[in-house]
Amino acid sequence: MAKITFITSDNESVTLEGQSGSVMELAVSNGVKGIDGDCGGVCSCATCHVHVAENDVAKAGEASEIEADMLELEDNVTEASRLCCQMEISDALDGITLTVAR
Amino acid sequence: MNHQETHPTPSKTHGKTCIIIGASHAGVNAAFALRKEGWQGDIVLFDGDESLPYHRPPLSKGDLSAVSNGTPLKPEKSYTDDGITLRLGEMIKSIDRNARTVTPQESEPLHYDKLVLAVGASPIIPPIKGLNPSEVNPETSQLTKAVFTLRTINDVKRIKQRLGSAENKKVVVIGGGYIGLEVAASLNKMLANVTVLEREERILARVTTPTLSSFFTDLHTRHGVNIDVQKSVIAIEENNSTEPPNIENSALTVICDDGTRYGADIIIVGVGVRVNTALAESAGITIEDMPIEKGIPVDHTAKTTDEHIYAIGDCTYHHNPTYDRFIRLESVQNAVDQAKTAASAICGKAPHYNTIPWFWSDQYDVKLQIVGLFEGYDDIIVRKETDKEQAFSVWYFKGEKLLAVEAVNFAKAYVMGSKLIKDPSKQINKANLSNPNSEFKPASILMQ
Repeated sequence: MAKITFITSDNESVTLEGQSGSVMELAVSNGVKGIDGDCGGVCSCATCHVHVAENDVAKAGEASEIEADMLELEDNVTEASRLCCQMEISDALDGITLTVAR
Repeated sequence: MNHQETHPTPSKTHGKTCIIIGASHAGVNAAFALRKEGWQGDIVLFDGDESLPYHRPPLSKGDLSAVSNGTPLKPEKSYTDDGITLRLGEMIKSIDRNARTVTPQESEPLHYDKLVLAVGASPIIPPIKGLNPSEVNPETSQLTKAVFTLRTINDVKRIKQRLGSAENKKVVVIGGGYIGLEVAASLNKMLANVTVLEREERILARVTTPTLSSFFTDLHTRHGVNIDVQKSVIAIEENNSTEPPNIENSALTVICDDGTRYGADIIIVGVGVRVNTALAESAGITIEDMPIEKGIPVDHTAKTTDEHIYAIGDCTYHHNPTYDRFIRLESVQNAVDQAKTAASAICGKAPHYNTIPWFWSDQYDVKLQIVGLFEGYDDIIVRKETDKEQAFSVWYFKGEKLLAVEAVNFAKAYVMGSKLIKDPSKQINKANLSNPNSEFKPASILMQ
């Protein structure tokens, strides 16, 4: 179980509780704006780009190789960028804050 | 994608109605994009399918092997929040362009100010003896119960129901295209005994070149899928129509024109799709009749020949500026991007549809990513990565111009290909690209 806070491009903050699945699925199934997940979560479209809050980078872990490669397609990619379809919900993610990249 | 957050002429759209026919990737994205672009009026989304709109690509991949009711594109709440009326399970019978109404199968005509056709395509049923519904008695026949196409979540549910446990069931897949191969991989994972029959001399013949065809042939063969090419299926017969149906003993026989026969408990037909043009055609909207297929022609704003009617997604025949030709695409990319284009145009902006097509396919643990269109190439470079297993990319050129990249387990090539097709000013160092010992990074791949 993890509570994850999303900050959207209109600066709205929403905290959601997830049990399993990916962070992208949690965001999409709760209608978080800006997380599209066009490919359904198979790391093919880069439409679930988030920036992990500075203090949470360690918790969130590093992007995998394919994820890091796909992030290269995005404009404002930073060290804290993740494609959240590749982030599995677990206790480890509890309390993290993600800003939707736009 | 850049979204301008300005909301154009809201007063002009207030009280108006935009109807969208078809609630798959294209239609659903159009509905939400309309709100984002500032459409103030009603948005009504129709689909004959009763399920909350879902992702189609996973149907032939994970959904087949997993317990799944489909992955919704959006939660129901999002439609409510954005004021989008979902009318699911309702087919549209006709469009009256003069009165500007659409008539659902079982209710009153509904007025539209703007209409979006996101009508998609349907699987082709090839002229195989036994597959023509008129020659089959659905009451007694095994054929209707054991032969499937795959386009909807209901297809997936029916296939799973028929299979029960897939273990050791004999599955014949007719057609070695991406859908057929993805189905083969999924059912193989479920321990079925799968044979793919392809009419051409290699699988994926229509969509790629021999390099990729032979890679996927080897991949499937290694996993135990039997791939037989140059097999033109001419008939499907029931084995014992007088005995009670028993799926354990191959209920069906598949017969090819060279006389080969295959026993099958279940048959999946994946030989391509045809655009659902009937509704548009009967309304008198221009249909482009290409040599092998039909499509609804649209301009750079996704508008049809009727100024109040737009068309988006798989059903459209549209101009691609990068490749300077008219194309029809079956892809999530085109569905989503054309939806955004149409929504922007409907809200009074002047978009110009100009995207580079991309696709993906997942089979077993292999990820294929494609960017661009390879047709018209005169040079191919196959680059193998020496430090990664089963990772390579196929680069298609016309002269020095990069047309397309197919990347297998190597997203780096897909990403660099995407950037280079977008920016043709950068020239590729073909010698370094084809040299597996030359590092895969811009400094070596690009001419300095």
